Amino acid sequence: MDFIKPTTWEEALEARASVPGAVPIAGGTDVMVELNFDQHRPPALIDLTAIDELAHWDLDGDSVRIGATVSYTTIITELANHLPGLALAARTVGSPQIRNRGTAAGNLGAGSPAGDSHPPLLSTGATVEVASVRGSRFVPIDEFYTGVKRTALEPDELIRAITVPAARGPQQFAKIGTRNAMVIAVCSFAVALDPHERAVGTGLGSAAPTPRHATDAEKYLVDALPWDSSEPLPGDVAERFGELVAAAAVPIDDVRGQATYRTHALSVMARRTLGWAWEEYRCA
Amino acid sequence: MRLNLTINGAQHTADDVWPGESLLYVLRERLGLAGSKNACEQGECGSCTVYLDGVPACSCLVAAGQAAGHEVVTVEGIGGGEDELHPVQEAFVDAGAVQCGFCTPGLIVAAHNLVERTGEPSDEEIREELAGNLCRCTGYEKILDAVRLAASRKQEAGT
Repeated sequence: MDFIKPTTWEEALEARASVPGAVPIAGGTDVMVELNFDQHRPPALIDLTAIDELAHWDLDGDSVRIGATVSYTTIITELANHLPGLALAARTVGSPQIRNRGTAAGNLGAGSPAGDSHPPLLSTGATVEVASVRGSRFVPIDEFYTGVKRTALEPDELIRAITVPAARGPQQFAKIGTRNAMVIAVCSFAVALDPHERAVGTGLGSAAPTPRHATDAEKYLVDALPWDSSEPLPGDVAERFGELVAAAAVPIDDVRGQATYRTHALSVMARRTLGWAWEEYRCA
Repeated sequence: MRLNLTINGAQHTADDVWPGESLLYVLRERLGLAGSKNACEQGECGSCTVYLDGVPACSCLVAAGQAAGHEVVTVEGIGGGEDELHPVQEAFVDAGAVQCGFCTPGLIVAAHNLVERTGEPSDEEIREELAGNLCRCTGYEKILDAVRLAASRKQEAGT
């Protein structure tokens, strides 16, 4: 096994291409667990933390471009205004120690349907910038997840950055777990309202083989929300939204929860998060 | 591989490090710095918490090679020397926040970080900051007492 520590992006891509099966590592919060427990013996680790450009975020027009090694702590402390949904989700990741090291790009690379970053990235229409020695491409978040722990990344590709449109309205996130820290989501949900476009985004976590949208719920809400009024959210709209979100889920029974529980919890989280987002919108 | 690490301000060299080895393993098994404890090896328990460039991290989740060229501070580097405790450590002693002691080194680093960064943390802040450190003996109440004590002593001392 080799330890490869590139200091430029080009060197990292070269390493990824020349050592098939090499595993990129940044925060290590997934990769090191596999190594510590002898679950995986890759031919090499490619440490991305010495590549300076990956550790920064930039406001690029109306979007935020988050480098692959930007930590959850940085997202919470520096990006809560631009990306409130992602920052809320980041706050629920692990513990302070984990958030100091873990990255949203790592969440994408691992591709677990339970990853906390996925629902807000789906609800905001993020784009994943991936690259190899063959060139770069931009993968819409909807096309990134291909199966349980499988993604659109090719074997020679690395995630360079995530581009997320800056919020133009309220965003919310909720997650079910047994305590407020160190929890892998039983299920999770994100909603984003864009009053300018009258658009609604959703994201479901731990609810299907991949993170996914609740497309019918989004379409329903675009027409059903009383965008021009400052009235409280009509109860029947919240109820129906919750039903449609639950209908988009195809969860399984596993150690963390039962499918029926997950489906019910998703409808409750959808209703509640929409209520919080609507309060923020109408009181703004 | 050979690694040169800066730990508690001193240079250390470790030889024959396996590239997948954690910083925790190198600290304990190769450099004899056994203060950081090895329990869960998956970031759940916090007993291996160290500072990496001034930021608390689980050393079991840091590949040792990632720490080369960075500043590592372990629990051994928190106090002044062999017998000189840091005020946070003294507060743990005075509050009776230690029972079996296995979680204590990680909690000292996490509590030190909290007390150094904030004035008088609220109970919510203390719980949030220590959420990544498990203790199976104390029920946490005495640990919360210790953090409150350390913070209030720091305020009184005006430091």
